[in-house]
Amino acid sequence: MELSASDLSVSLGKRRVLHGINAVLRPGKVTAILGPNGSGKSTLVRTLAGLLTPDAGRVTLGGTPLARLDPRERARRMGYLPQEATVHWDVGVADLVALGRLPHRAPFAGLSTEDHAAIDSAIEATGVRSLAGRLVTQLSGGERARVLLARVLAGEPQWLLADEPLASLDPVHQLDLLDRLRALAAGGMGVVIVLHDLVQAARAADDVLLLREGRPVAVGPAATTLAHQPLREAFGVEVMVIGDDQGRLLPVPIGRVKPA
Amino acid sequence: MSRLALNLGLALLVALLFAGSLMAGKFWVPFSAWFSHDPRWWIIAELRLPRAILGLAIGAALGLSGAVLQGFLRNPLADPAVVGVSSSAALGAVASIVLLGSSAPLVLFGCAMMAACGSMLLLATLAWRAESAVAFILAGSVLASLGGALTSFLISISPNPYATAEILDWIMGALTDRSYAEVQLAVPFIAIGCAVLFATGRALDALTLGEAAARSLGLRLERTQLLVVLGTGLAVGASVAVTGVVGFVGLIVPHLLRPLTGARPSALLLPSALGGAALLLAADSLVRLSPGASEIRLGVAMALLGTPFFFVLLLKLRRSTWN
Repeated sequence: MELSASDLSVSLGKRRVLHGINAVLRPGKVTAILGPNGSGKSTLVRTLAGLLTPDAGRVTLGGTPLARLDPRERARRMGYLPQEATVHWDVGVADLVALGRLPHRAPFAGLSTEDHAAIDSAIEATGVRSLAGRLVTQLSGGERARVLLARVLAGEPQWLLADEPLASLDPVHQLDLLDRLRALAAGGMGVVIVLHDLVQAARAADDVLLLREGRPVAVGPAATTLAHQPLREAFGVEVMVIGDDQGRLLPVPIGRVKPA
Repeated sequence: MSRLALNLGLALLVALLFAGSLMAGKFWVPFSAWFSHDPRWWIIAELRLPRAILGLAIGAALGLSGAVLQGFLRNPLADPAVVGVSSSAALGAVASIVLLGSSAPLVLFGCAMMAACGSMLLLATLAWRAESAVAFILAGSVLASLGGALTSFLISISPNPYATAEILDWIMGALTDRSYAEVQLAVPFIAIGCAVLFATGRALDALTLGEAAARSLGLRLERTQLLVVLGTGLAVGASVAVTGVVGFVGLIVPHLLRPLTGARPSALLLPSALGGAALLLAADSLVRLSPGASEIRLGVAMALLGTPFFFVLLLKLRRSTWN
């Protein structure tokens, strides 16, 4: 189902962070949200996940306003992977992944066979089976990122919204995670990721939403949005567009826009 | 160790300590006397049984609320004293002695409960919709020191040395000479409070991932906060209202058990309730055996036991942050 934002305005405290965002996000595609620090990316992704209440406008999932869904019902559809990989207690990996099933479980009931199946396929999809017996503190940064992704996938959401999932990962783990996210989108899931790296975005994203100071600069297919003019406008940088061996165009930042 | 085995083991320990609590004291009553026409049976039925029931219920309330608060605040140093419920209940009881001149169980209990629940409502209001646990802890600490200050003030204006002695005696925390009247008053509130606290298990698990992720899992944070506050107010308020302040159980017990249960907060709830009951029954039996005519106060004994434990805990925490 399509995830749409219409005339979305959001404030954090008294400060207006997002102004009139309009976007239609397609399921089965990877949409990257890009923009300078403080441009409202995290706020947008949290609002799209239904975790922040907009001042004006609304987020709809297949026509139904998210705000009208019961929190558990919303949780079954919208998976959210926060930026900080916080785990407050030193729990086991298996227990951590099982948390993703919380919105599906009846009160006081144990894990059902469906729960176990979903946990199992999430563990499979993220390649963390060998880590299942470990504690969270015994994981490396890359392993922890995969385990936390498995936690979200265990909930079998229709949409996955990830806030800077590549932060603090080395290049190999970045590529690995992007590949997994692309595979999820190919399987029909809607994937929204906040990214900083233009090259990674060009590699992984089908669609791009470029933000600057809480306003959309460009929304659309990666090929048209990750081009000279929109990037100049959003980031104030000049890019050199180079082609990779698979024919994709990758924008590489080369310098700041010189004042005219 | 499996969870079931651990819980069964703890339940067995509680049962043994409960029986031990009926036997132990200045006057030993052997097991053989229980089911005969031995006149010592009266000691058990009228003096030690209500005391043991209270010890069991209060220990469970303190252990459970400690585990819930640590999970809710994601802080291993949290316990009921931190959120101010104990000192508020104590304030209510002292107010009853000083202002109403009454230490009848019903009046004292009513005042202490009202103060405990009132302060928890105030806490819920102060921390309402706050996005972080810090606001909750701050508001709790403010209430705790306010309760302490007002209690001191009431002691300073207490009408006669008699009342002062009674207050001090009460504040120190003890299960001495408690009767079925106290059992009837406190146990229903403790039971309801514990039931409410047990209902927070899932939410505490979700909070392991932080507040945003927990809400993305469908958690209503405000509801959870209300349950925590209400459950703590009822269970701990009723406990303090009949025994006075007995600290450290809520802090120590979840800590001792966490290595056995794993760190998942919901897995810690039942063991902490059982462990709290065991600790309080054991401590109350031991203080009765102290030499001399009177007993060591339970609250004093727990504090003596708890303080070194607290230091070790802090040192361990510091070491783990250094590494």
